[in-house]
Amino acid sequence: MERGQASAQNLESIARTLRRHIISMTAAAGSGHPGGSLSAVEIVTALFFRILRHRPSDPEWAGRDRFIMSKAHAAPLLYAALAETGYLPVAELCTLRKLDSRLQGHPDRRCTPGVEMTCGSLGQGLSYGIGVALTARLNSLDYRVYVLLGDGECDEGQVWEAAMSAAHFKVDNLVATIDHNKLQLDGWNREVMNLEPLADKWRAFGWHVVEVDGHDFPQVLAAFEEARQVKGQPTAIIAHTVKGKGVSFMENKVDFHGKAPTPEEADRALQELT
Amino acid sequence: MAELSSTREAYGKTLLALGKENPDIVVLDADLSKSTMTHLFAREFPQRFFDCGIAEQNMIGIAAGLAASGKIAFASTFAVFATARCYDQLRVCVAQPHLNVKVVATHGGITVGEDGASHHAIEDLALACALPGFTVIVPADGVETGEVIRAVADTPGPFYVRLGRPKVPEVLSRPYRFVIGRAVTLRQGFDATIIAIGTMVSRALEAAGSLAQEGIDCRVLNMSTVKPLDTDAIVQAARETGAIVTAEEHLEHGGLGSRVAQVAGQNQAVPLSFVAIKDVFAKSGTPEQLLERHGLTAAAIEKAVVSAVGRKKQ
Repeated sequence: MERGQASAQNLESIARTLRRHIISMTAAAGSGHPGGSLSAVEIVTALFFRILRHRPSDPEWAGRDRFIMSKAHAAPLLYAALAETGYLPVAELCTLRKLDSRLQGHPDRRCTPGVEMTCGSLGQGLSYGIGVALTARLNSLDYRVYVLLGDGECDEGQVWEAAMSAAHFKVDNLVATIDHNKLQLDGWNREVMNLEPLADKWRAFGWHVVEVDGHDFPQVLAAFEEARQVKGQPTAIIAHTVKGKGVSFMENKVDFHGKAPTPEEADRALQELT
Repeated sequence: MAELSSTREAYGKTLLALGKENPDIVVLDADLSKSTMTHLFAREFPQRFFDCGIAEQNMIGIAAGLAASGKIAFASTFAVFATARCYDQLRVCVAQPHLNVKVVATHGGITVGEDGASHHAIEDLALACALPGFTVIVPADGVETGEVIRAVADTPGPFYVRLGRPKVPEVLSRPYRFVIGRAVTLRQGFDATIIAIGTMVSRALEAAGSLAQEGIDCRVLNMSTVKPLDTDAIVQAARETGAIVTAEEHLEHGGLGSRVAQVAGQNQAVPLSFVAIKDVFAKSGTPEQLLERHGLTAAAIEKAVVSAVGRKKQ
């Protein structure tokens, strides 16, 4: 596929499928990060099924848009999207985190087709995205680069080094989406390390900023389309989300940041996601 | 007296030449381009030069992105900042994905001089060697630097190249062909071997000259590739000369000496001595004063050779 054509209704259904994969994969692995995977499902679904120009049968295609999962603990979400778009067999998802699996705990570009960058130490994906975006300019290619960051990840100083330089280099083929679920491992962002006013910060660093409800497909899609029209500066999409979204007992529960559901919890979650 | 040559000038000029030959060469710097000499490339190819400001972590990330999308990315700053300041970025974004990023660091070692301990890279080789898949090179002079930079550009994968601040005596003569991972014998001998890198190579030759007058016949190896080491040359030196002295402008632990000792210990155990910085930081001073203070002199190498030779089994 080049750009996907999924309808709004289809997107909702795909999102539910990805959520089911996230639950099943982390439950089977016995570890992993379901909370921050679930919060970004609509963002990643919109990208992989509507926004990205890509060819799952040819992951190295030079003209492809790039998606970089900088909040790399959301690996289960990335793998679920790669499987549902055809980069990987869906059956392979249950090998997550197992010895010799292509699905590493955090994404590794040398292991998995469709994984653009090795990440896992937070704060590094945006810099990498700038480099990839600059190559498009140097080679006169028109691909776009989409980086997904966590809000807690924005504690890292390198994010702001990258933010400053992306605006300085005027990389307008770069979009940073911040999955703003307001929670990080030690608690609420505002208690651990206050990020607000987050949108103003990105604006002050020279970015075009769009704020959306990160679970509302029309809003998310419109933001990516708006970013496409912005020239001379990069775009930041602040996506307001809910950690653990879609599973009642996981929503806004920091415990499920880095803890897999038990088999019983997974059953309950999957019942909710039918 | 040998002619003096500057490793960073050779770097800047070679980069400029490579830029003309290969449009895929890109260069990044962190606000030190006039010192690292990348400004020569920047002036000619502004579109392919990215000054990242004083932000080394971001520079390495951008270099990784450029490399992953097909560019040959040279990233330069001072050796202290090129390793310790952005170590996690080198680890996760360059080493783990094994990308074509060439970290060329200038101002290695204590011959940076007056700027003091914060600016003396004395552990950079240990750090770079600890990154899986990295090749680590320390050219001995300007002649070798030019050849090293060409070899590095031609060879895929991550590299760390350490250059110095001051000019050094030219020890290699043109035409010189550098081969990654191969030591060069600068002087043949059979009583002991001095294995040296960078600024210590000329001092090793000086020491060997003096020792010859005392009847000790030293082999001198320029081990410019610190990783992977030329294991064959080390084992041969151990077998044929029976004693090895290493000389480096780096901490004693984790650098050339440690690595050579590992090879010798596993293959052919012989008496060893290490001319290197002990477990301390240096202070401000002229390069010559600091080398003297930390025992990185021809005289210190001579003493180390005499000690190692004295420990040979009779």
